[in-house]
Amino acid sequence: MWTWFYRLASPPYVYRVAARLAPWLLAAAGLLIVYGFVDGLVFAPPDYQQGDAFRIIYVHVPASALSVMAYTFMAVAAAIGLIWRIKVAYAVAAAAAPIGASFTVLTLVTGSLWGRPMWGTYWAWDPRLTSELILLFLYVGVMSLRVAFEDPNRGDRAAALLAVVGVINVPIIPFSVVWWNSLHQGATILKLGKPAIDASMRWPLYAMLLGFLLFFGGVLCLRLRGEVLHRERLATWVREAVRV
Amino acid sequence: MIAGSFWAMGGYARYVWPCMALAVGILVWNLWSARRHHAQAVQRAARAIAMARSERS
Repeated sequence: MWTWFYRLASPPYVYRVAARLAPWLLAAAGLLIVYGFVDGLVFAPPDYQQGDAFRIIYVHVPASALSVMAYTFMAVAAAIGLIWRIKVAYAVAAAAAPIGASFTVLTLVTGSLWGRPMWGTYWAWDPRLTSELILLFLYVGVMSLRVAFEDPNRGDRAAALLAVVGVINVPIIPFSVVWWNSLHQGATILKLGKPAIDASMRWPLYAMLLGFLLFFGGVLCLRLRGEVLHRERLATWVREAVRV
Repeated sequence: MIAGSFWAMGGYARYVWPCMALAVGILVWNLWSARRHHAQAVQRAARAIAMARSERS
């Protein structure tokens, strides 16, 4: 197990593995997302209360799940970088940040567009919405801090520290609807026991959730290759990799 | 489902379709930006290697 862990710390190994993984992850993600869109928009029946507006969940729920998962992933990578001083871990954290931030924007905008017809407002200072907005600020903070230092190593460490501290917001997002009075609905598909959503509506949602997750993996691999190459541009193995 | 009613989304078209368009946009942007990021890193690495070579010679 430790051998595998040590190999993951090797930039040329990560660069090669990411190149091999990316097309498979993206192809699987593409299939699942296309199926999710078609089944969710065409074949799933309208909700008895929300009508066709409920179809927004097919992008909102996977985006929100991914925004939290990407942050957790980034923070774990940042913590590994801080504890073991592994450069690749910082590169992973740097690669995950813009992807997670973009899906947080998608979560906030689609949530807002769903809120207008359902709640009568685009925005409310609700615990769930506010904690998701804080997540976006954390992503922006992490990305800004990384490039704010002249010394890239100091930038990496500062950004990693903020990413780790920001993890405190991660459990607040899902549990905010339980801990405080919230306009936002509670868990639907991750509810203990039977999910509160019919199978005809649930399967496209599962497909989108898995599709977005695989898409994150694929794009992370592509971005990680760029990050590793940028950080290792003077290393000897890079000459082979870029064939100069 | 009849095409007209499909696009109308039961009267919620102006909320549903922008969400779907933004989702597709974010997916495409992520792919494009990741590929661009890698291409730029390749260019920078090639430049750094060429500079190191010229300095040595």
